[in-house]
Amino acid sequence: MSDIIIKSGRLIDPANKIDLIADIQITDGKISAIEAGNTIKANENTQTIEAANLTVIPGLVDCCARLREPGLENKATIQSETLAATNAGITTLCCPPDTDPVIDEPAVIELINQKTANSGRSHVVTLGALTSGLHGEHLSEMHALQQAGCVGVSNCRNPVESSLILKRAFAYAATFDLRVFIEPDEHWLSTGGCAHEGKIATRLGLKGIPVSAETIAITRALELVAETGVSAHFGRLSSAQGAEMIARAKNEQLPVTADISAHQLHLTEQDISSYNSACHVIPPLRTQRDQEALRDAVVNNTIDAICSDHQPHNIDAKQAPFASTEAGISALETLLPLCLRLSQQTELDVSDMISKITNSPAKILGINSGTLSVGADADICIFDEDEDWQLTDDSIHSHGKNTPFLGWNFQGKVKHTIVSGNLLFSD
Amino acid sequence: MVNKATKPTDALIGHDAWNIQLDKNGNLKHFLTTEGLGSEVLTRILDTAESFANVNEKSIKKVPLLRGKTIVNLFFEASTRTRTTFELAAKRLSADVLNINISTSATSKGETLLDTLQNIQAMYCDMFVVRHSDSGAAHYIANNVAPNISVINAGDGSHAHPTQAMLDMFTIRRNKGEDFGNLRVAIVGDILHSRVARSQIHALNTLNTGDVRVIAPKTLLPVGIESMGVNVFHDLEAGIKDADVVIMLRLQKERMQGALLPSEQEYYQLYGLTEERLLAAKSDAIVMHPGPINRGVEIDSNVADGTRSVILDQVSYGIAVRMAVMTMTLGREPEADADISKGRTEGDRK
Repeated sequence: MSDIIIKSGRLIDPANKIDLIADIQITDGKISAIEAGNTIKANENTQTIEAANLTVIPGLVDCCARLREPGLENKATIQSETLAATNAGITTLCCPPDTDPVIDEPAVIELINQKTANSGRSHVVTLGALTSGLHGEHLSEMHALQQAGCVGVSNCRNPVESSLILKRAFAYAATFDLRVFIEPDEHWLSTGGCAHEGKIATRLGLKGIPVSAETIAITRALELVAETGVSAHFGRLSSAQGAEMIARAKNEQLPVTADISAHQLHLTEQDISSYNSACHVIPPLRTQRDQEALRDAVVNNTIDAICSDHQPHNIDAKQAPFASTEAGISALETLLPLCLRLSQQTELDVSDMISKITNSPAKILGINSGTLSVGADADICIFDEDEDWQLTDDSIHSHGKNTPFLGWNFQGKVKHTIVSGNLLFSD
Repeated sequence: MVNKATKPTDALIGHDAWNIQLDKNGNLKHFLTTEGLGSEVLTRILDTAESFANVNEKSIKKVPLLRGKTIVNLFFEASTRTRTTFELAAKRLSADVLNINISTSATSKGETLLDTLQNIQAMYCDMFVVRHSDSGAAHYIANNVAPNISVINAGDGSHAHPTQAMLDMFTIRRNKGEDFGNLRVAIVGDILHSRVARSQIHALNTLNTGDVRVIAPKTLLPVGIESMGVNVFHDLEAGIKDADVVIMLRLQKERMQGALLPSEQEYYQLYGLTEERLLAAKSDAIVMHPGPINRGVEIDSNVADGTRSVILDQVSYGIAVRMAVMTMTLGREPEADADISKGRTEGDRK
């Protein structure tokens, strides 16, 4: 492994509150020096990346991305999606347990780790199932999952009908300091729905998902968090009320964090009004008012992290009348661009925005990543914040081309990605 | 930092999306929904239907307007009345008609909707009349057929049933005259699931109806229905007070299952239209129903068969209205630059 020197880039490392022009030296996969003033000297084995006018940040940490493997390899594979992630500046992905088979035993984690190692691109960490088979009935062997490397446990959007079982699952997870990852959904209110319950769904004749599907689930979970003391992360918030409840819980010093998908900050229910199935997502796109409140919640740190909620599909999945299409957006490659766009449109400064996709999700996942500290693993994203580009079918590396952002013009493009000290992508 | 990120799709979002119903010359190409069409288009449909109403009353009920055209009735959902009147309308216009019931055919063998469409399209037809249980199915099909094919929506999920709405407008106009401005029209029943109600509401508002009302318990009203331009009532007599037109909707039996209603009996007690209740409406009010009716559930037999009922007239007018829509969409001047050789439009990907 040769040394790498990244010269004269604008370093932004929110974890260390750094924003300066400096050089970074990488030795043996680790960051070995950060110095301003041209003091790091190259030797004959050194690879130099000229980063003048470029921005150097920690590699992105995406706290929710479906890679489709194991189980749905016709849609995408760990190989294809970790490649897409690397090219998008994302160096760590967190894979939820709703694979097939479900991540409820160590063998599945070993399989994912093996495939990830074979791919040799971005890192993948896993969440284990909260309940066996995600059926909501029996506890999973959380300790074994933790030993195998799971960074937390989740039941995804699968219901845990019994509040008693949910409480015990939380308590059991708390025993091992495992964080529970909650996608808040009261399935009785959401089943069969495909759009925000409101004016647009009414006009289009689509079955709605009310905000209460989110808030009832958050309420129940928060009560059980308070009783069990488990650390809880609420993922993919979609409503103003949901964000408000998280803010209140944080005020009460409950151990909670939250994330939102980048698309929820840029699209609203209006975007489905021509039955655009690319905008069919769960939780659904809600109102302008929700979007504004969620943007505020990102700015005021109620929402700690922004994720891609990547869900690649093959073409057929979106070729049908709206309600019959599969939900989800192929979103790895728009995570950084949409976040940059957000900081352009709001008061969120670039450093705070970068924190939402680097050190903050890393902290939630409990992984030693998302920072440019000396001694840290050299996972680095280098981008040109001024370069204009357009998202096209051909520019997407993911197997899933299902994105409503096709044709959008973005400002800010990834130029290099370094994973564990290896330069794996250069544009 | 300057915001350079732009969103090119804005123009396609919202009402412009409905313009796929019109060709470049502003003529009706597809008929998918009554929403987004101007009163002049709706009035033209009614006027054209008026001219066909006479054909239907003659002993030889046939005109050669669509001779040589092939119309395919693509029904993904069971229907008797609607399919039959579309078939009759096509035959009276001398078109060839093919009836395909997909619910029992291709999709049950795993074929996708798009594959089914492309197969039928390969048989050289001119029009699809489509019924499907998914809202938006007709738009999806219109976006994916060859550009020379017209699509008529014969009902998609809970979204739209525009020909039913237009035959209702026709019925109202025949009975109440051309000016809708002074009319009070009350729609009673399961608005939540009703594509008929949605299409009626759009059409009534486009035709400048004075007062459009919906009457139902809160469980059968979709969220935000007021935003479609209706006044909401929960009490039947208050809602139909001084109404010129009372439209009753069919109550599906399965509505008891999802806890939307306790029982048919209670529904009838509260919302069933009886002669006594009808006294609240104007003395010359007409009673309509898209059918099939549930006697003793949403409407009493005395009312359904009574002098105020125009329910069977609606069925007859349905043929004339569907003839009108078929000739307007298929009888257009060809568009100069229409690329007929092209297999599929890019419409769904915009």
